[in-house]
Amino acid sequence: MGADHHGHQTAGPKAEVQLMNMKLSPDLLNGTTLASKKTRLAVTGVNLFYGNFQALRNITLEIPECAITAIIGPSGCGKSSFLRLFNRMNDLITGARVEGRVELDGINLYDKSIDVVELRKRVGMVFQKPNPFPLSVFENVAYGPRRHGRQNRGELEEIVEKSLRQAALWDEVKDKLEQSALALSGGQQQRLCIARVLAVEPEVILMDEPCSALDPVATLKIEELMRSLTDNYTIVIVTHNMQQAARVSDMAAFLMMEEDRAGVLVEYGPTSEIFTNPKDKRTEDYITGRFG
Amino acid sequence: MEIRTTFHKKLREIQDEVLVMGSMAEKALMSSVKALKERNLELAQQIITDDLKVNRKRFEIEEKCIQLIATQQPMASDLRTIISALNIVSEVERIGDHAEGTAKIVLMIGDEPPLKPLIDIPRMMEKTVDMLHRSLDTFVKGDADTARKIVAEDDEVDNLYDQVFRELLTFMAEDPKTITRATRLIWVAHNLERSADRVTNICERVVYMVTGKMKEIGASRY
Repeated sequence: MGADHHGHQTAGPKAEVQLMNMKLSPDLLNGTTLASKKTRLAVTGVNLFYGNFQALRNITLEIPECAITAIIGPSGCGKSSFLRLFNRMNDLITGARVEGRVELDGINLYDKSIDVVELRKRVGMVFQKPNPFPLSVFENVAYGPRRHGRQNRGELEEIVEKSLRQAALWDEVKDKLEQSALALSGGQQQRLCIARVLAVEPEVILMDEPCSALDPVATLKIEELMRSLTDNYTIVIVTHNMQQAARVSDMAAFLMMEEDRAGVLVEYGPTSEIFTNPKDKRTEDYITGRFG
Repeated sequence: MEIRTTFHKKLREIQDEVLVMGSMAEKALMSSVKALKERNLELAQQIITDDLKVNRKRFEIEEKCIQLIATQQPMASDLRTIISALNIVSEVERIGDHAEGTAKIVLMIGDEPPLKPLIDIPRMMEKTVDMLHRSLDTFVKGDADTARKIVAEDDEVDNLYDQVFRELLTFMAEDPKTITRATRLIWVAHNLERSADRVTNICERVVYMVTGKMKEIGASRY
């Protein structure tokens, strides 16, 4: 066992090699349209513990701006825990502890000076089950901007329309803005939740299984919406639906559990590579259905 | 309402690139016969060099098709379009090779005096290029009816080939000293005849793409 420059235990030379490959190097992005993108999120040597249980071990990777990065892997491998590093949602779990660095535009998110409320404005999140507030469609979207000080009705109307349009929902709800959001279909509710996130103008959107409660057509609509958002937003999605990761993402990271059930990063690279020519046999076995 | 716009855009991009590749092969066919007529060795050399670009384009398109299959789970007509594109680019690539073959013959002929004025070989080329162009058009438009008609037109190229063959045979019978030169022209005609056959394969793939049925439509005489 060796120790990396953060003083964390690493699993020997192999882990060192992995670390080098997880940077957004020209080598890694060779031939993809991502080659010119900057790093928006960076995770370096991260260990995550829930009490004595280690959920993530020595994770290092860089996530490009204005692209979709998918986290795939078997159930329980730490995908959601990994996602929650970026908006410090793990803080809400008693006994959770993070070692290493998690950065947004070079700023360590676990620094004491970080205002978590402000962070969650910059890093929005969409959850597995659509969770609109029991309010009108309009109020759902206006809720965030109001909380962040926007009170002017005209301004809010503008934000609501813009956000609903971005979420590809405007045409379906423009005549029922005052109706309860709970009356919308599941797929519409999920797009409303995305609009609600967009309304506070985040830089990063985290999505935790955003389509697992939706039918196939609603799923494809959300995926198409995600693609349309990549011009302006950095998206990280966790999905157990490998085909979805293949369809929608630009980069893909494969996580799996080690014997003690801690999640490790096995492979990370352009989606086009991961799904046609993975470098690691474990990735190959997982995506071809030989284990999982 | 179309939902998978991103995927379908990528599919159309592949179709467009097949057209681009097709125009490269058309140009190679035209140039090869032009080089033969004009004894233009420089042009012949250029065709040989450019064939590498045609081959590269084929790999590029194949790579894109593989990406879409691996990541987008194409179904039904989308799947058939991708599979057809894969087949079609290999036919177009071989047509490029036939043109390159003619260019190599032009280099072999060098500045030897012409055996006879070229009439039917340019006609074969024009017909083949026209068939190739329209066959790729049917691929992009999904027009199986026209694709079937183009297959029938292969007879015209075969007839011209017969004519060229008979004529050159006469030359050779009358004067054995012409055998080398005449044989080379037969090779050129054969390259064109094979190119037209490959166009009929492209048309069969278009019919498959549209109807889902794999069927040989018309067997060439050669």
